[in-house]
Amino acid sequence: MNGNWSWDTFFEALPIVLEGIGITIGLTIACYLFALIFGFVWTILRRIPNKPINWIVTWVMEFIRSTPPLVQLFFIFYAWPMVPVIGMALDPFTSAVLGLGIHFSTYIGEVYRSGIEAVEKGQWEASTALNFSTRQKWIKIILPQAIPPTIPMLGNYLIIMFKEVPLASTIGVVGILHMANSYGAQYWAYLEPLTIVAILFLILSYPSAILISKLEKKMNRRFDKKAIVNSKGAVT
Amino acid sequence: MITISAISDIFPVLMQGIKITVTVLIASIICGYLMAFIAGFCRLSNNVILRKFTGLYVEVFRGTSLIVQLFWLYYALPILFGFDLGSDFWAGVLAISLNYGAYMSEIVRGSILSVAKGQTEAATALNMSSFQRMRLVIFPQAVRMMLPEFGNYLIQMLKATSLVSLIGMTDILYYGDILRSSNLSQAPTVYLLVLVFYFILALPLIWLTRRMESYSKKGVASQ
Repeated sequence: MNGNWSWDTFFEALPIVLEGIGITIGLTIACYLFALIFGFVWTILRRIPNKPINWIVTWVMEFIRSTPPLVQLFFIFYAWPMVPVIGMALDPFTSAVLGLGIHFSTYIGEVYRSGIEAVEKGQWEASTALNFSTRQKWIKIILPQAIPPTIPMLGNYLIIMFKEVPLASTIGVVGILHMANSYGAQYWAYLEPLTIVAILFLILSYPSAILISKLEKKMNRRFDKKAIVNSKGAVT
Repeated sequence: MITISAISDIFPVLMQGIKITVTVLIASIICGYLMAFIAGFCRLSNNVILRKFTGLYVEVFRGTSLIVQLFWLYYALPILFGFDLGSDFWAGVLAISLNYGAYMSEIVRGSILSVAKGQTEAATALNMSSFQRMRLVIFPQAVRMMLPEFGNYLIQMLKATSLVSLIGMTDILYYGDILRSSNLSQAPTVYLLVLVFYFILALPLIWLTRRMESYSKKGVASQ
């Protein structure tokens, strides 16, 4: 290691950076829950049997998905308060939950959709033949088969979102990256705090990734590989 | 309010940023794919050290987030080794291509491994060398399996280029931020236009992704 690395700085920066870990994890969970719930909205909207509405929803989803989350964050944080009538000022944390939550809800919505589409047609026909109501069909037959196979995919998105959350430091959410940057700016020592951030991300996301891939294998065995979810725009 | 005159004021300013965004995107795509193939093949090599070392690279870059890597390459690397990457351009391109190269190397590896074993055996039976086997038999079949995911990563990389504005590169978002800070009431129009700019850049990539998807399905029996 080069002489520029200083363990003193490392141990001095460590507690300061760690102060942000609660916010980072909290924001991840808040964004994730928001995306899980909002994902259902997209799934429902896409199932409306009306061509123009379907077309609009598909393109709105495509628009959200293929534009940078960073710009979406800036839009919600800086531009939303300026929008007439419906605009209001939001604090950084809420803006981040909305921005990242909406961005990833479009991916989560696709995961739900692929899960539902993977349920065999015969299941629909059988439940119709058994005189189930639409509500019963969804709650008793379709969803119990559609959701469990998507759990590993949903878990993957939790890890992906965890890695996108530091974007929120740009609008002033004081997570670990923000703490590291402000430490760096104060003492002009970026190397150690940024390395700490990288290590923290690694030790949090790597075990969860292993856990998810184990879960995936288990699920694949259980569901006989039938429902290998093939969602568009998936990031593994 | 969004007015035509506001748009005609903002549009030419944002246009100045397109060059940087597109240059960073193209450089990242080239370096990223190159990295993906190098790392993907290294992970399949017979050399244990090479395999472990590449595995470490892939896990480190997949396990940390892109923005942290970008800041690390930009702020920390010059301090650690006492050399500069020369410009913020290379810091940005390197961060994006190393990050997505790590993700895509897994696709390369997975696709090559999922080519049926019988293909390797048949090629061996035909007395092909291991290089011929890979070049003529395995690789052409693996590439078409990689295409759909590779297409998705094109769009991911476009989205990632917006991060280079954070290290001071003058891309679309950078000009957007300048416009916003000079006149906050314009912010909705500015950011909406920035989003539209990115979406217009994404459209050909979306189209390409769909083409790649349908190409990779063509002539393959569905399971």
